[in-house]
Amino acid sequence: MTCSAGAGVFLKLSRLFVKIRRWVLVRMSLNCKLSGLNGRLPNCSKLKKAKEPLHGPNSVRKWRRELLFFFCLLVSVVLGSIGFLLSFNHGTLWGKEKAPNSCEEKAQILLQHFNLSKNQLHALTSLLSESDQMTSLQCTKELGSKVQLSDGITCALSVTCSEMQQLHKQHRWVADNDEPRDQCPVQDETISRKPSLSMLDDSPVPFISQSRVYSISANNQICEKNILQSGALVDCVKEHCESFCTIIKDQFNVSMNHVHALAILVSPFTMGNILLPLISDVNSVFSMITENICAYTERTAFERPLTSGVAYALKVPHSERELFEKQHGWTIKKMETEDQTLVQDCIPEKLDPAPIHDEYAPVIFSQETVSHIVSIDMMSGKEDRENILRARATGKGVLTSPFKLLKSNHLGVVLTFAVYNTDLPLDAMPEQRIEATVGYLGASYDVPSLVEKLLHQLACKQMIVVNVYDTTNASAPINMYGDEVTDTGLLQTSNLDFGDHNGSMRCIAAINRIAKVEEACRIMTKLKVRAEAADVAKTQFLATVSHEIRTPMNGVLGMLQMLMDTDLDPNQLDYAQTAHASGKDLIALINEVLDQAKIESGRLELEAVPFDLRAVLDNVLSLLSGKSNKKGIELAVYVSNQVPEVVIGDPGRFRQIITNLVGNSIKFTNDKGHIFISVHLADEVRGTPVIMDQVLGQGLSLAHDMSDGTYKTLSGIPVVDRWKSWKSFKKLGSTISMEESDMIKLLVTVEDTGVGIPLEAQNRIFTPFMQADSSTSRTYGGTGIGLSISERLVHLMGGEIGFVSEPGTGSTFSFTGVFRKGETSSLDSKWQQCDPSVSEFQGLRALVIDKSNIRAEVTRYHLQRLGITADIAFSLKLARSYLSSACKTSLSTNLSMVLIDKDVWDKETCLSFHQFLKDHRQNSSTEISINLPKIFLLTTSISPRERFEIKSAGFADNVLIKPLRLGVLIACLQDAFASGKKGQVSRKKPSTLGILLRQKRILVVDDNVVNRRVAEGALSKYGAIVTCVESGKAALAMLKPPHSFDACFMDLQMPEMDGFEATRQIRCMESKVNKEIVSGDASIEMFGNKAHWHTPILAMTADVIQATNEECMKCGMDDYVSKPFEEEQLYSAVAHFFESG
Amino acid sequence: MDVMTQLQRQWREHTAYLRKEGYLDDQFEQLQKLQDENSPDFVAEVVSIFFDDSEKLLNNMARALEQKVVDFKQVDAHVHQFKGSSASIGAMRVKNLCIEFRNHCEAQSLEECVRCLRKLQYEYSVLKNQLEYLFRLEQQIRAAGV
Repeated sequence: MTCSAGAGVFLKLSRLFVKIRRWVLVRMSLNCKLSGLNGRLPNCSKLKKAKEPLHGPNSVRKWRRELLFFFCLLVSVVLGSIGFLLSFNHGTLWGKEKAPNSCEEKAQILLQHFNLSKNQLHALTSLLSESDQMTSLQCTKELGSKVQLSDGITCALSVTCSEMQQLHKQHRWVADNDEPRDQCPVQDETISRKPSLSMLDDSPVPFISQSRVYSISANNQICEKNILQSGALVDCVKEHCESFCTIIKDQFNVSMNHVHALAILVSPFTMGNILLPLISDVNSVFSMITENICAYTERTAFERPLTSGVAYALKVPHSERELFEKQHGWTIKKMETEDQTLVQDCIPEKLDPAPIHDEYAPVIFSQETVSHIVSIDMMSGKEDRENILRARATGKGVLTSPFKLLKSNHLGVVLTFAVYNTDLPLDAMPEQRIEATVGYLGASYDVPSLVEKLLHQLACKQMIVVNVYDTTNASAPINMYGDEVTDTGLLQTSNLDFGDHNGSMRCIAAINRIAKVEEACRIMTKLKVRAEAADVAKTQFLATVSHEIRTPMNGVLGMLQMLMDTDLDPNQLDYAQTAHASGKDLIALINEVLDQAKIESGRLELEAVPFDLRAVLDNVLSLLSGKSNKKGIELAVYVSNQVPEVVIGDPGRFRQIITNLVGNSIKFTNDKGHIFISVHLADEVRGTPVIMDQVLGQGLSLAHDMSDGTYKTLSGIPVVDRWKSWKSFKKLGSTISMEESDMIKLLVTVEDTGVGIPLEAQNRIFTPFMQADSSTSRTYGGTGIGLSISERLVHLMGGEIGFVSEPGTGSTFSFTGVFRKGETSSLDSKWQQCDPSVSEFQGLRALVIDKSNIRAEVTRYHLQRLGITADIAFSLKLARSYLSSACKTSLSTNLSMVLIDKDVWDKETCLSFHQFLKDHRQNSSTEISINLPKIFLLTTSISPRERFEIKSAGFADNVLIKPLRLGVLIACLQDAFASGKKGQVSRKKPSTLGILLRQKRILVVDDNVVNRRVAEGALSKYGAIVTCVESGKAALAMLKPPHSFDACFMDLQMPEMDGFEATRQIRCMESKVNKEIVSGDASIEMFGNKAHWHTPILAMTADVIQATNEECMKCGMDDYVSKPFEEEQLYSAVAHFFESG
Repeated sequence: MDVMTQLQRQWREHTAYLRKEGYLDDQFEQLQKLQDENSPDFVAEVVSIFFDDSEKLLNNMARALEQKVVDFKQVDAHVHQFKGSSASIGAMRVKNLCIEFRNHCEAQSLEECVRCLRKLQYEYSVLKNQLEYLFRLEQQIRAAGV
């Protein structure tokens, strides 16, 4: 197979040669003389003597050599680790000890490989045929120009058809022999050698080429896994080898032909030389000719791609040496073969004159590249001399065996054509030829640089190591190019023979670099696997260790909390508090790491439960208000009325993202300005400014819109342009298919007036544990994992996250998330605003006085949530005029509250405003309802003294501490409107846990009576209504829908039915009911008007370890609390379910 | 007032002693924190439940260990219960003994179990005395406060 493919290549090549030959034959008919020239011929200007016969019978004898020699280009390629050995003529070189024992199976493999390579070779040949055509075109073209330059150029080359046929036959023969070879590689060695030998013996004609790709013996270590890979590799190498050989051969022939053409071109001038002495101005004529020929050779250098230069040397008999030297003005120099200084350093003038000989061959002109040989006697160099003698005797181009070229340290060969002064017949005797010789044209082939050039063209230099050998002497090949390849892996040999008069070469391409790359690749693959495994291990390790740390850490925290409750002096208290705070930070970090690990291991799944987004935001505000108030930063939230009341998604994770962003903002904002959270539908962004939501729309221009000295932002302090923060969002504007479905995309922005993120740090802030810079953690603390987690969570929500930040101005983070629209009724009871007060204020009217439009909108947003309509005035003055103008309408009559921001507040104006209200009301209504609007002061901080002053002086009915949120607003309004309705509001400010658990009905399941009592005690302390049962079975009965429990705390280890099993059954029960409700088999009324039953079940466990936790989640539990109850821990577990404003 | 201060000091010292000797751990303090005006006798209530439960459990254990063929699983279940309740009130020594006891149950070593039960009975009675003393102090404090 290999050979058939190789033969394909060969056919293409032969076609090219036929073309070349045809051309040559045409030339032959025109001209007659074939001259052998040697590439390093010295020049001679003694034209008279050019015709003198060669004296030197011994030299004639030397030329009794074979007429045809081959340039064998054996391109062999070695691939490490895979033991393919491609056989070739000289097995000894590559050491072939492949056993044929597993021939059959390997043959199969090889068969596969070579089916592949065959195809590739076909592709290659077609490629080559194209390049062949190009070459031939070039030949033809140049031919034309040559004809113009000189008439009568002779070419004496012949090719017979029979030889071609013979060649083909041989190829077929080789191809036939390849079949058995595939099956038994060792045998084929002997078979395959024959044709090449016969070629050497029988082919008497130049320009015979043979391309042969030998196959392969496989060694025993073939790794089956690598078969496919190695197959591709073999093909690849083969392809390169083949193309390499072909190109070298082509170019060699092209070059050779051209040198030949040059020789013919030169001959008429040399013939003229005989007459030259008669012409008075010999030198001027000579220099003219020299110039012309030099220019010509220079300009046609591209025709001889393989030669480094051509030179013309004259035949000068000793008798004419004196005259010659006189005419040229220099002496004939001796060739210094030992001197291997660089070309530049070679100055012919410094060389010794040539010693006395019968004749000389001084170079008279040369191509610029080899100009250093001008005046040197080529006959004084051993190889050159032999070549010259041989060339002029045969009339053909002859090649030296490889030797070190003058001054270049490279191995090379010299091609020599003799130039004759007469038209010699093809069958001219050597003596006649010597007689007719006037000079020699030589071209040097610098093999290493040529191969280098070629490899460059092939663009496979990186992959293949090429060795070129001269294999004229089969037992001692000469390495012409490339380092000896020692590795005996895959070896690909392409054998390409040139016919010529002198020597043969072999070229080996070894791809130990591929082996290296492959090895590197293998190592990388291994490393990658290891890295991935390490990553998994890391994640698991983190998860495990985090849990293991969390448990004792909780103990430490508990102890510290207790310690703080004891009698401590201020110092001790400070220490304990610091320790406690640090511990809490550590726990927070561990939780984050756990999150990260969970996300990375893909174990984090988002919930899809209906929740009240506004309540979640209020909750975030509550949690963070302490921090922001302490720093004096204004915190506000705004939700567009386009956002549905209930959305379905993961409230916990949504909250986590916002908490993280806001937490960051608080951390990086110092003592001034604001943090503003706003939520819109992503679709709103595309609205026109006219219909756009006020808050969103103001974002468009506020960054630079400055009026009355302050910016139109929440706090009047400039912020970055939030629109830029979602500029890079890809999916923001696209409608997707959301419009028809019930999916909505929310756009949340968190804007702050903080320090901003340094520009150079902006591209890495989502990388885990990367903070703006290393000093950040020192200044602000934190780990830098939060944003990374947020980003991942956002992605899980099908959204994007982005930001815009300017150092010194602040940052705005935006993210989107896809949620489903939820029905208000679908909300679990825990989300419902259980407070009847929601409706209590329905229909009331309020006036908001605030110079900041956005802040006023925020206030209005919260009021609207209570059903209160609000108007906005930007100053007290405007408010007054608003009231005056409204006094005629009914508007003013039901104005029940005025909310004044502290920014526009001062005692005098306020007092007068208050008076105005009084007067106004008395004037407008004759009925003495005297329901004066209540006045509320909005502020972020106020001292108790101030508050007392304000309230007692009647400036305001109450003070609303920002951040505004529903719970605070309701409490404040109720307080102010308390006249009878809610007389006895509990004055005792309950703790946060108290709010969460107050009035919640909780079922405690524990078989241990003491535990039951303790749990009951703990939970009821926070206002929960606790029911206890002592077994899983009892719990099952209690939690059968419909029931009124808000949550269940379940012990895990119980006799009969343990907590896991009980939970499993409860969940089973619930899902059955849910299904019935959904399918309509049961009405909602049957199940307490609840559409979806899912009682939060929290495990109570003493050992909080990963395994337990996972098992809890698996059986359908929602979370766990550690026994004994610890307030913070209980809170964080419970908050998840009872979050509300 | 003097009596009050003295009683309170006594109470503190005794609590500290119980903590120091490992009779009680921080869980007991947690219990105390749960006690407020809404449930003024919370700790005493829980502890008395604990006493009742404990005596029942100790009897059960003793009976189970007297059987001809001892059902160690049964014994272990009782010990587990005891361990849970003692942990809940912060009776550390008892709890630790329970842990040891369970190991013997698992090893089905009757001799060790019996030995452990005796130790447990002893520890329990000591604890009971200590706690009863503590509650007496509390009552006295309350009485003095009124």
